[in-house]
Amino acid sequence: MSNIKVLLNGIVKENPTFVLLLGMCPTLGTTSSAINGMSMGLATMAVLICSNVVISAIKNLIPDAVRIPSFIVVIASFVTALQMLMQAFVPDIYATLGLFIPLIVVNCIILGRAEAFASKNGVVASAFDGIGMGLGFTIALTILGAVRELLGSGRVFNFEVYPEDYGMLMFVLAPGAFIVLGYLLAIFNKVKE
Amino acid sequence: MTNMALVLTLISVIAGGALAAVNEITKEPIKEINQRNLNDGIKRVILGSAEGELAVQEPWQADETTFIYATDKGTAVQTSVNGFGGEMQVLVGFDEEGTIKGYTILKTAETPGLGVKADTWFQEGGKGCIIGKNPSSANLTVSKDGGEVDAITASTITSRAFLRAVQQAYDAFKGCDANSGASPQQH
Amino acid sequence: MKHVISLSPHVHSGDSVQKNMYGVCIALVPALIASVWCFGLGAAVVLATSVAACVLCEWAITKFILRREVVTILDGSAVLTGLLLGFNLPSNLPLWIIIIGAVVAIGVGKMTFGGLGCNPFNPALVGRVFLLISFPVQMTTWPVAGSMGYLDCETAATPLAVMKYAIKSSDPGVLRQLPDSIDMLIGMTGGSLGEVSAICLLIGCAFMIWRKIITWHTPVSILVTVAVLAEVMHLVNPAYASAEYVLCSGGLMLGACFMATDYVTSPMTHKGQVIYGVAIGVLTVVIRFFGAYPEGMSFAILIMNAFTPLINTYVKPKRFGEVKK
Repeated sequence: MSNIKVLLNGIVKENPTFVLLLGMCPTLGTTSSAINGMSMGLATMAVLICSNVVISAIKNLIPDAVRIPSFIVVIASFVTALQMLMQAFVPDIYATLGLFIPLIVVNCIILGRAEAFASKNGVVASAFDGIGMGLGFTIALTILGAVRELLGSGRVFNFEVYPEDYGMLMFVLAPGAFIVLGYLLAIFNKVKE
Repeated sequence: MTNMALVLTLISVIAGGALAAVNEITKEPIKEINQRNLNDGIKRVILGSAEGELAVQEPWQADETTFIYATDKGTAVQTSVNGFGGEMQVLVGFDEEGTIKGYTILKTAETPGLGVKADTWFQEGGKGCIIGKNPSSANLTVSKDGGEVDAITASTITSRAFLRAVQQAYDAFKGCDANSGASPQQH
Repeated sequence: MKHVISLSPHVHSGDSVQKNMYGVCIALVPALIASVWCFGLGAAVVLATSVAACVLCEWAITKFILRREVVTILDGSAVLTGLLLGFNLPSNLPLWIIIIGAVVAIGVGKMTFGGLGCNPFNPALVGRVFLLISFPVQMTTWPVAGSMGYLDCETAATPLAVMKYAIKSSDPGVLRQLPDSIDMLIGMTGGSLGEVSAICLLIGCAFMIWRKIITWHTPVSILVTVAVLAEVMHLVNPAYASAEYVLCSGGLMLGACFMATDYVTSPMTHKGQVIYGVAIGVLTVVIRFFGAYPEGMSFAILIMNAFTPLINTYVKPKRFGEVKK
């Protein structure tokens, strides 16, 4: 499989949100606006690329039996580092996403890709897989966030489309996330056909 | 067996070392940002939009979640209560008599579109303005509970929590005043 | 020719979906008259908009999205959903909110799942709860009964709000602000359109039971549970309103008689219906007395809608000739 194919695979064919349905907690929890969704996607992508590269590099050193704990340590380290870096250098985004950053550790996509891809492929291919999957996740979260923000508060990327008074609050709240995700999945499947 | 333990230990040590390094790099900026946020907040609740410098003294901790920052132009009290969606951290500024000069919400988990309006609702010009009122003479509870503050539309619980925080801050301010001088310098 | 087979539960011979749906609509006529009597033009505008929007939405979805032949439009279920949704709204609600409610009720609550018979939740309630959460301000400013205009109405606290306040302030004296219980039974209290007159809803319910459109199990078990629980709570602490107020206020009668008894979303067997009714009663009282919202009926029914498949699985009718093991 060429690297470009690996990249596209993550964005469309095996999109982590719309096809694999992995990492639903941050997907539903952080997408109350397009900016939040995109930031969460990018943060996850950063961790995913780093962990994929490192894990594929050290895969031959790790005995099979302690594979999962090793992966988790690697992932958790990257997440903790990311959290500290965000807190220090992008405090505004950290203020809205702070609660969800530590949860990247348990995002199924990251451990899933480590197990399914990085531990079986080379460093370069794993990096591309991380970028592809991360982009797929980011795009999905951004779309979800944009739709919820538009319906819920009349804005997209903080740009006012219609007055906020007409927004349907439900979409900004948790139940709205489920409803929008459901319809986006339906549309994605329809389009893919 | 030894191999496994060795590899895991090695990975953990490397990870720990890397984290320590990142921590070292980010420690100062994080501290600076927190300090700056707090200072901005204190300035805002005491001076309002007016320009000027404040001499902020060392904070004095009244209880687990309540901190008192005395300055030369008034006192800011940081306290936290349980709102509708979780912890709500409020910073309230008082003058010497205990009249509310300003407030800001440092941390909130209230419902978007409803409870988060507390940010502006109780400010000067808001429908439930509490600025310039003194908790000792004014009944700062929502009108549904017999008080004189209009609750945020459809967010009575948030409003109650916010006003409880203000009361809490005022009590801490008074308590600090009563033992005045019993501030940290004395021991 | 195309045959349309609706899903179970299949009703008795000679009956049709159409006949039953319009039967329910007829049963709602007394309540309709009462609400127009109370709220005048506002009630008429809200109900007409809601019904028209629901029917139109169902027609559009079947025709343009599902691309099916439009036959189910006349079975009356969309009309009924529209009526019930309208009954759950205050009479001063702006038109665009009503239309959003209708689109959510039919689009999200019903057609997404495949139309009549496939929806797990009562569509009208899905619409109402969506509106309640999305537009809490507009959905909870109730016009005073007797204000005949639309949009421009005097508003006031409903009996439910008074009861909630009595609990919050634990002061039984507050309950004296409530209207006479006879007045509440007959009508003329503030609230949603369908909340005004308990007696008209009961007449409609009696009509449906007489016509065998519904059986007594669900409504009676809900009402009895609520009455008993409320009375016990009232005796323990007089700040909780007594049974007659709890029964006659808010959407309780409307919910018990018309919403909880929806065929599609309630259990099939009588035993199941009693379990379902009792659970709705308990949840309603718990939400009303201890919850954040003053009214719990719609949430209680939706929660139990979700349990309906489970009840249907475990409470099965005994097969003829079956011997107990």
